[in-house]
Amino acid sequence: MIKTEHLTKRYGALTAAEDVTFQVEPGEVLGFLGPNGAGKTTTMRMLAGFVTPTAGTGSICGHDIGSDTLAAKSALGYLPEGAPLYGEMTVRGFLAFIADLRALEGERRRLRLAHVIEHLQLGSVLDQTIETLSKGFRRRVGLAQAIVHDPPVLILDEPTDGLDPNQKHEVRALINDMARDKIIVISTHILEEVDAVCTRAIIIARGRIVADDTPAGLAARSRYHNAVSMQLADPAQLGAARAAVAALPAVADLEVSERDARLTALPKAGATILPALSELAARQGLKLKELHLESGRLDEVFRTITA
Amino acid sequence: MRNVGIIMRRELASYFATPLAYVFILIFLVLANAFTFYLGGFYERGQADLEPFFTFHPWLYLFLIPAVSMKLWAEERKSGSIELLMTQPVTLREAVTAKFLAAWVFTALALFLTFPLWITVNFLGKPDNGAILAAYLGSLLLAGGFLAIGSCMSALTRSQVVAFILGVVACFVFLLAGFPLVLDVFRSWAPQALIDAIASLSFLTHFQSIEKGVIDVRDLLYFAMLIGFFLLSTGIALELRKAD
Repeated sequence: MIKTEHLTKRYGALTAAEDVTFQVEPGEVLGFLGPNGAGKTTTMRMLAGFVTPTAGTGSICGHDIGSDTLAAKSALGYLPEGAPLYGEMTVRGFLAFIADLRALEGERRRLRLAHVIEHLQLGSVLDQTIETLSKGFRRRVGLAQAIVHDPPVLILDEPTDGLDPNQKHEVRALINDMARDKIIVISTHILEEVDAVCTRAIIIARGRIVADDTPAGLAARSRYHNAVSMQLADPAQLGAARAAVAALPAVADLEVSERDARLTALPKAGATILPALSELAARQGLKLKELHLESGRLDEVFRTITA
Repeated sequence: MRNVGIIMRRELASYFATPLAYVFILIFLVLANAFTFYLGGFYERGQADLEPFFTFHPWLYLFLIPAVSMKLWAEERKSGSIELLMTQPVTLREAVTAKFLAAWVFTALALFLTFPLWITVNFLGKPDNGAILAAYLGSLLLAGGFLAIGSCMSALTRSQVVAFILGVVACFVFLLAGFPLVLDVFRSWAPQALIDAIASLSFLTHFQSIEKGVIDVRDLLYFAMLIGFFLLSTGIALELRKAD
């Protein structure tokens, strides 16, 4: 379990994180969201024992990060932002070094190393120096060092930053794979990632927590939650469709895009407008290319909350 | 202690993973021998000892040791690997000690490789080998003192060049602390007691007695405390600035 209470970090007059309080239980994958410079990295660094909090406390699996630092670090696998590594080492040498520091010995050490090498597909680059590796491989080496000791808690700072779509997919699959029996905290500013891997999201802005909810809960805060989007096959019908939809009593607002003949109807609070709209389309003889219900737009929520 | 060994081995291996180690050792050996034979007049003196060799060590170290120590922490901070290292279950004290020891072992290796000179002098005459051993110990302690200062300077900055320059200047001040060049800065305003204290910090004074084969406990204590002080300062500097 991860627990923080009023975690605060100030650099002179600058407050990087203020009064950050949350708790994460096993099985949860927590996404840390926020604009650049919002305090995500600072908060993670405090949990990882790299930055000393100005005020407040935190604990990892019951080990206080201030007074029981070594035990807290031992229970944690941490991927720093940008996955810094020792470039002059070979992948094999580097993983052996981390395994030594993590006090892995004998058969368990052999099994764990074999496991991460297989799982992260590092077998082909074991004897290459890290500085010659591509960004994707380096990130995987960084992930390998974070999980080699099979920690109950993982904190990954922007694990997919700078990776191509295939590599992103692999890393997310890996996180989902480990999510069952671990506590995982990832930071990201990629919103699709939240849907892809997180069971819960905390949004941080200017050092403070501004939202703490499930991804679906966050999406429900969007003005597009339960909005209906319809695209017409015949652009000529757009004018008529627009007037008819705007006249429906449950529709609060209407957005029209003439470029692709699309209408997006926003419902009044709590109202359901999909049946009314599909009935209207049938009655008016509108030829539809597409009709769908939106669950809400995370990017819009993100902008509204953090602006 | 276990972690100190692990980190030290990694550091040492990293010296030899780049050309740095070989370039350093080569230049150290060439310069040490050149100074001994040309500036020190090894043959012309007609004495079977290594004094012309050891006399120049403080000056040789003044430039070469900061070149070794500059990367100790500046490089880790620049590349961000310090975050990787310090989030492993190790303490800052272990990391500072391990990195310092790795650098010290490395310079000890370079110093050891000057042994052909010792063989030469034994071939040419009958030197006092006890005194030579003491001088080697003194030289090693001197290198340790310089490295500890360099480690602290390296912890203050992310730039290796700045770490090098700070290291040379700080080592220079400590080297000449007993001489007018440094003392005159204090003489006009500081009380005599402080001036005496500064003068007693001079590397050169402490080195010169060991170099002549006299091992005084006070000199050993001096180097031990100096190294301890600067390693402690390294830790404090890192604690304050590691995440900047």
